[in-house]
Amino acid sequence: MFDLLGVPPQVLFGQLLLGLINGSFYALLSLGLAVIFGMLNVINFAHGALYMIGAFVAWLLLTKLGLGYWWALGLSPLIVGLLGVALEKTMLSRLYKLDHLYGLLLTFGLALIMEGAFRHFYGVSGQPYPIPDALKGGQNLGFMFLPNYRGWVVVASLIVCFGTWFAIERTRLGAYLRAATENPVLVQAFGINVPVMITATYGFGVALAGLAGVLAAPIYQVSPLMGTNLIIVVFAVVVIGGMGSILGAIVTGLGLGLLEGLTKVFYPEASNIVVFVVMAIVLLIKPAGLFGRER
Amino acid sequence: MATQSKTANIKTADSQTTTIALRRPGQDSTRNAIILGIGLLIALAAPYVLYPVFVMKVLCFALFACAFNLLIGFAGLLSFGHAAFFGGAAYITAHSAKVWGLGPEVSILLGMGFSALLGLAFGALAIRRQGIYFAMITLALSQMVFFMALQLKFTGGEDGIQAVPRGHLFGVIDLNNSLSMYYFVLAVFLVGFAVVWRAVHSPFGQVLKAIRENEPRAVSLGYRTERYKLLAFVLSASLAGLAGGTKALVFQLASLTDVTWQMSGEVVLMTLLGGMGTLLGPVVGAAIVVTLESYLAATSMPVPVVIGAIFVVCVLVFRRGIVGELQARFGRR
Amino acid sequence: MLKTLLCGTALLALTAGAAHAQVSNNVIKIGVMNDRSGIYADLAGEGSAIAARLAAEEFGGKIAGAPIEIVVADHQNKADIAANTAREWIDAGNVDVIADVPNSAAALAVQGITKDKKRIFLMSGPGSTDLSGKSCSPYGFQWTYDNYAMAAGTARALVEQGKKNWFFITADYAFGHSLEDETTKMVKQLDGKVAGNVRHPLGTADFSSYLLQAQASKADVIGLANAGGDATNAVKQASEFGITQSGQSLAGLLLFISDVNALGLQAAQGLLLTTGFYWDTDDQTREWTKKFEAKAGRKPTMVQAGVYSAVRHYLKAVEAVGSDDPDKVAAKMRETTVEDMFTKNGKIAANGRMFHDMYLAQVKTPGESKGPWDYYKIVKTIPAEQAFLDPAKSGCSLVK
Repeated sequence: MFDLLGVPPQVLFGQLLLGLINGSFYALLSLGLAVIFGMLNVINFAHGALYMIGAFVAWLLLTKLGLGYWWALGLSPLIVGLLGVALEKTMLSRLYKLDHLYGLLLTFGLALIMEGAFRHFYGVSGQPYPIPDALKGGQNLGFMFLPNYRGWVVVASLIVCFGTWFAIERTRLGAYLRAATENPVLVQAFGINVPVMITATYGFGVALAGLAGVLAAPIYQVSPLMGTNLIIVVFAVVVIGGMGSILGAIVTGLGLGLLEGLTKVFYPEASNIVVFVVMAIVLLIKPAGLFGRER
Repeated sequence: MATQSKTANIKTADSQTTTIALRRPGQDSTRNAIILGIGLLIALAAPYVLYPVFVMKVLCFALFACAFNLLIGFAGLLSFGHAAFFGGAAYITAHSAKVWGLGPEVSILLGMGFSALLGLAFGALAIRRQGIYFAMITLALSQMVFFMALQLKFTGGEDGIQAVPRGHLFGVIDLNNSLSMYYFVLAVFLVGFAVVWRAVHSPFGQVLKAIRENEPRAVSLGYRTERYKLLAFVLSASLAGLAGGTKALVFQLASLTDVTWQMSGEVVLMTLLGGMGTLLGPVVGAAIVVTLESYLAATSMPVPVVIGAIFVVCVLVFRRGIVGELQARFGRR
Repeated sequence: MLKTLLCGTALLALTAGAAHAQVSNNVIKIGVMNDRSGIYADLAGEGSAIAARLAAEEFGGKIAGAPIEIVVADHQNKADIAANTAREWIDAGNVDVIADVPNSAAALAVQGITKDKKRIFLMSGPGSTDLSGKSCSPYGFQWTYDNYAMAAGTARALVEQGKKNWFFITADYAFGHSLEDETTKMVKQLDGKVAGNVRHPLGTADFSSYLLQAQASKADVIGLANAGGDATNAVKQASEFGITQSGQSLAGLLLFISDVNALGLQAAQGLLLTTGFYWDTDDQTREWTKKFEAKAGRKPTMVQAGVYSAVRHYLKAVEAVGSDDPDKVAAKMRETTVEDMFTKNGKIAANGRMFHDMYLAQVKTPGESKGPWDYYKIVKTIPAEQAFLDPAKSGCSLVK
């Protein structure tokens, strides 16, 4: 049996596959951030908290109403999306005329409130959420044991990511959206209701976070702090990909997941830092990000 | 929306009022002198009335917030990673005092020097982008410092560096006496505050304000804005380090708390609440937030929710902050 | 309460003057400090305060005419807040004794202050062996457990079952390293070996890659040298990747009943762990649990039960001495054995470690459990001498 740099190929392939799984979470979350940023110019600091709420809604649906995973998969993003619409209508929309940094500060405050409230009511130990029966078990791939559920996560998030990309880049609605990003006044003049479009975009962006939350619930504990640290990594992903770039967010998310997987094989101590190191390097070489354009 | 102004830096809502206030130096300086005099009297008397360690904590955070305010309030740069300088300096100071056995003044200066260097490195990277990008880059870089503090040997991991000796100031004054420690901290704070004051009222400060208001114009006037921004960043980082190092001696402890991104958020809140771009705002904001947190600690109210709610209220309806609001109301007479 | 001290500056002005004055003998004030909102809130939190109140009630709420008062504070797992609160409690609040303080960093800070200011410190929550080792104090008592007892008890049991080849998944910071070191020593002492280890950052959500390496090592046991959310995530994902089904055992080196509750029995079943207390051990524990549950609405954890035991022992000493002078009370506490529902014949060693029997427990299967909190089967009792480190080897300067 041959080794690659002292690492057996099973371990290497296994880690790459796991990196892909992580990467699909990064992609899903940074996609939501990118969509919101592209339209609203707001960095949604509450994204991690909304991801957490997505998981909690799934858990509450199960424990309080007895509605299982497949219900949650549809209902939870809807609920989170509506929450997002409410936040946008009541608070965020008041800030568009001001500097964009106020949007960041507002969502930071909102994240503190949401996380604090869930911590207060549910503690931090985390709540168990079972894997749906249909996806229990796993496949033996020879080099590793792949749980079915993780496979499903990759497939589901890839479909959602590329579906979103297609909708924005290749459809008429997406064209309006992109036009409104460039010149909202002109688009408004063509009779398209831009404020509604903005609200819907924010709702959709956070619904993606909610969806990621439901997908994560059976893998991780459902805990109020699950989004806190993840969101910073996702921020770095968005910076590397180029802010506002849809494809950039997806590709960078997946790529960094793989890179993190590799780091875990060769130098696990650095696996937390590697994303930030990459970010620093990218900023030095291409300040607008890999897929961003200098505006 | 308003995508056109994507490159514009933050314009504090009160920027107008501060510029007005600064345009009338005669009137303004008398009033400020009175306010400062009263403040100084309160600060001198405080340890006899309040618990000294508590007041020292307020002073350290006030200095930290002032340092942060130098960037956001006067250069329009929102750093979301200032905890790296605050906490980083705390570790260096604690290590110097405890392991190398250096005196308090040297330890604090070493911590501050470290923050200055770190500020230079971070600043050089971060000022390549503006606005939101700047905030996120500083956030990510400070997160690196957090993970390093967690993993490096000398920082003691989650235990931090404990039982740091306060030592003797200049080898003479015993800082274990809480009153001498208090007046030392007060002196450090006043020096830091004076530096901020001087920087803001110098030609350097004027250029910063020009950059904040309209960077392309400042460039066209021939200013190398990058250098000014970098210098402001390093200055702010050093002062944050001064505050962090001092805090490490006050509490005889350097811990992970000081390098978390929540700490960076906290200093944003203090400045926002007190009034961005005002000199006294950060001091007032720090005093309120620190008091509130120790008060809430004994109740069953969840601290983050209250802090978050203040954040939201400030951003939505109270963007001038307390001091900014007062200036707006009484400053135009 | 602390808040009245903090918000009432006038009151502070009065009391600050008397900061270093004599211990006030007309009130016995117990400060329960712990994490009330964070990761240890379920393990300690308000439950610890309830446990302390139950202990006070046994003395009718007063000793020798002096009322017993209990104050609480949330240290939010921050050592600086813990230090600040302890200083303030002692300087300005006349607190006689501080209890609980989970989170070793916070406890080390409080230990330093109580040592300086000569106040008794009853540690139920923190696990670092330094607290009764190189950072020991004549006034500090480590009551319920420590990291060594938790790790070594479980390790010994597994090695004795013939599972001699270990792989560690270790949280990459001081606490994780010490947990791994202690266990490694125990494993090697019993002729076991360590196949390898992997370090993960604090607060890792995804353990799959570490588990994959552990699986590839073909070790008999995967030792989880981590705690809280890290440990529960690792256990949960291990069952997902079919690790336990494929014959490898998982050993939670620092798992509490609150973690098992968070995991659910489906994922946690079969785990071996060490505990200082289990509510369903005998009639006495069940009776006390009933009282506790009436107030807290749930069963007690070992940390909460330990707070009760420690506070009760302290109050008994105060009663016997007839004063709350810390030196006299500490001496009395050391010479009296601990007898209550928590332990029989518990003894306090020179380094402040309370020696009591620990239990090796196995987590029940969902079928075996009759309901919430019915989680453990006690497999065996670990005698005190075997459970804890020999004081002479603890590195504590108080041991001669």
